[in-house]
Amino acid sequence: MTTTASPKAAPDELCSVPALLARNATRYARQMAYREKEFGIWQSWTWAETNDQVRAMALGFVALGMKQGDYVAIIGRNRPALYWSMVAAQSVGAIPVPLYQDAVAEEMAYVLDHCGARFVVCGDQEQVDKVIEVQETVHCIDEILYLDKRGMRKYDHSHMNWLEDVMREGRAAQTRLEPELNKRIAALGWDSTCVMLYTSGTTGKPKGVVLSNRNIIITSKNSSEFDNLRPGDEILAYLPMAWVGDFIFAIGQAYWTGFCVNCPESAQTMMTDLREIGPTYYFAPPRIFETMLTTVMIRMEDASPIKRRLFHHFMEFARDTGPKLLDGKPVGALDRLKYALGHALVYGPLKDTLGLRRIRVAYTAGEAIGPEIFDFYRALGINLKQLYGQTEASVFITQQPDGEVRSDTVGVPSPGVEVRIAENGEVFYRSPGTFESYYKNAESTASTKDAEGWVATGDAGFFEEATGHLRIIDRAKDVGKMADGGMFAPKYVENKLKFFPNILETVVFGNGRDRCVAFVNIDLSAVGSWAERNNIAYSSYQELAGLKPVLDTIQAHVEQVNESVAQDKMLSGCQVHRFLVLHKELDADDGEMTRTRKVRRRIVEEKYADLIDALYADKDSIYTETEVTYEDGRKGKLKATLEIRDARVFGTVAQQVAAE
Amino acid sequence: MNGQGGVMLDTNPDEGYTTADGRKIGGVAMEMRNITLRFGGVVAIKDISFDIRWGEIRAIIGPNGAGKSSMLNVISGFYHPQEGEVIYKGYRRPRMRPYQVAQQGIARTFQNIALFEGMSVLDNIMTGRLHHMKANMFQQAIWWGRAAREEAENREQVEKIIDFLEIQHIRKTPVSRLPYGLKKRVELARALAAEPSILLLDEPMAGMNVEEKEDMCRFILDVNDEFGTTTVLIEHDMGVVMDLSDRVVVMDYGKKIGDGTPDEVRNNQEVINAYLGVAHD
Repeated sequence: MTTTASPKAAPDELCSVPALLARNATRYARQMAYREKEFGIWQSWTWAETNDQVRAMALGFVALGMKQGDYVAIIGRNRPALYWSMVAAQSVGAIPVPLYQDAVAEEMAYVLDHCGARFVVCGDQEQVDKVIEVQETVHCIDEILYLDKRGMRKYDHSHMNWLEDVMREGRAAQTRLEPELNKRIAALGWDSTCVMLYTSGTTGKPKGVVLSNRNIIITSKNSSEFDNLRPGDEILAYLPMAWVGDFIFAIGQAYWTGFCVNCPESAQTMMTDLREIGPTYYFAPPRIFETMLTTVMIRMEDASPIKRRLFHHFMEFARDTGPKLLDGKPVGALDRLKYALGHALVYGPLKDTLGLRRIRVAYTAGEAIGPEIFDFYRALGINLKQLYGQTEASVFITQQPDGEVRSDTVGVPSPGVEVRIAENGEVFYRSPGTFESYYKNAESTASTKDAEGWVATGDAGFFEEATGHLRIIDRAKDVGKMADGGMFAPKYVENKLKFFPNILETVVFGNGRDRCVAFVNIDLSAVGSWAERNNIAYSSYQELAGLKPVLDTIQAHVEQVNESVAQDKMLSGCQVHRFLVLHKELDADDGEMTRTRKVRRRIVEEKYADLIDALYADKDSIYTETEVTYEDGRKGKLKATLEIRDARVFGTVAQQVAAE
Repeated sequence: MNGQGGVMLDTNPDEGYTTADGRKIGGVAMEMRNITLRFGGVVAIKDISFDIRWGEIRAIIGPNGAGKSSMLNVISGFYHPQEGEVIYKGYRRPRMRPYQVAQQGIARTFQNIALFEGMSVLDNIMTGRLHHMKANMFQQAIWWGRAAREEAENREQVEKIIDFLEIQHIRKTPVSRLPYGLKKRVELARALAAEPSILLLDEPMAGMNVEEKEDMCRFILDVNDEFGTTTVLIEHDMGVVMDLSDRVVVMDYGKKIGDGTPDEVRNNQEVINAYLGVAHD
């Protein structure tokens, strides 16, 4: 069990999300709780209205026969009503299990079957169709509920309900069912399960992480206080609801603090909606910050020469001054003046365009972020910080306090979290947010969490002595040895490669071998725009990826990385000797990545074994056929002949083969 | 089922049939009686009769030059046939002026997209609401009272259609910047904005790739399902037509050679001949 002392931190009556909702409904009755853009307008709900909606839904759930301890799956894009359905499920004593909406039916089947979901709340017809498909093999589902009525008229509704109808029935039965609902809410305590989240699992089947009210609420409280979150803050909820971060930000912290959750109109309008809302608290994985920066750079290439020069001049200046100002370090009066001018001319308008003008706190996590990218946003005066966390910890393990922000560390332990480094370099933590168990998997629980509550993160890292900040090197199990005994840390090299805008993804191999090789995925938007500017025609990703000038550019990038890797004595053996550019993007639908877009190394290794062999054999090109899965689940074949390139490697390496 | 050559006017909306997937099809919305259409010496349509029922998806198919688009223009009232009559909502339809054509509740999309290229998607769709706006030029100019209220009401309708067709992300984008498939969808949106009682689609899938076709099919079915809109469509892609429509009229050289459910039509020898090509005299 967790070793948390009694939860003095929060008054005892606030020990569940429904209890927090009831508090907010009176304390922040007229402040905004949710906004969603629909029909071109931001529709909004105050906390009092939210409470009313959630209670109606909860009563409806009771009327439908939802019991305490039932599992309720939620599948769909971020919409207020789906968040409410989670809180409503908690209110009746059931356990919400949000799923990834882009998961294909078979992935869904495993999770639905594993948790034995009796109810499934779907966003729209697309999700309902998948659930119906799943029902051929999974028989635990009693009722399907859906939010968007479109296209649903013809379905057999004997076990299907429109969410609106459920709420209506709930309201109609209010007098009869209210005492029951109140009783169930009162029965919720610190140890009741708050939510169950399935980890995307870089290896094997997903595991259901059981998080209690104590985990979620204490973590939300601590982290909200750490960053001084307050009512009136705004966030944009656009990350998958199945991801623990979304649950902590859009439910945990939002309900604890009483700030407003904004839902975009659709996935494609996210950037416009971001700009309209101008959130004050923002989370995005590095990839999104990368994409934003790439867009800015592409658009600056097209700008007039004066604007372009202005932009580059002031950005160059801000790179040094911006972070200093953010951290409250001394800056001369002249520089301050120049920064103010830059703000009026460049930084302000740019932040406005990106929708980041009002940001007080922004976080990035999940992957390493390129120092260039990180510094760009800090230079603009955006308080972008890093945190390190995982589902099992209710997100927070370490985070960077204001004023101590750097791109290569992940910060100091979050409040209430203890961190230690094992002898092999693996990071362990213990915190109030530490998960209860893996659902129906005592074995994994025992191997991850020891009797004293210490959890193994699976990441290798160390504390910097001077600052006390944690630095993460790689996944502990991915760190291996080269044939000559040198350290092999693929992530370290991959991250360096991915910092180039032209490279979207890369996988480095070399464990137990005498040298390293790599697969590279080009970034279609960056490389595509370059091709357009240079009048280079291409008809597909595959063709673009195989063009000679593209390969030349990538080769230059690889060599640049090799040069920088060579600086590090411990890791100089990890230089990439040969590489190829893959003919398709690594994709979650093909199982090559997780839904949170982390590469599944082992699967890639098996699937492309022929390519790896070719990289180690001294071939110049290789013909390959790859099976791909389309979005609707159909399969097809991609055929390609890939060119293999040698890259220059640099000094200090005890390598007899100079691959040229 | 086969409303060929009906003499009595069918005005009872309860009369109709139920489709295989359980939709209720109502009584006759429009009936073509022995239509013949000539352009000078060319006979485009020769003595064709069929009906369209409320709520159904009715397809007109046929090889190139069979007279499908002419037929669609007769349905919309843009062409007036030299012989025969069109019974619409129980009344024989007279020859009409273009503005009367526009006011009778029949909206259409075009084979070659006919949108205002320089205007945004939103503005284009708003033009579909023209007949729902009553404010005069003066009221529009001072923008107070009726004009402003009307704009808001119409915008709401338009936004519902934008949401329905999932084009929120291009709401403010000029049409000229859109790819072909999306333009087709915007055209459909504009036609829907008029809240038509009959929707005419002239080759809605022409020039689309498989994915765009699938999307379009889904939207046509959803529109019919959600709003109960009676839909008449012309299409070349036989697969699409057979999956989509409740009843199909087959034309060849201006004549009707088949009429019935997709299955009936598929097994009709004359239709097979027309499509596989048999020597004509």
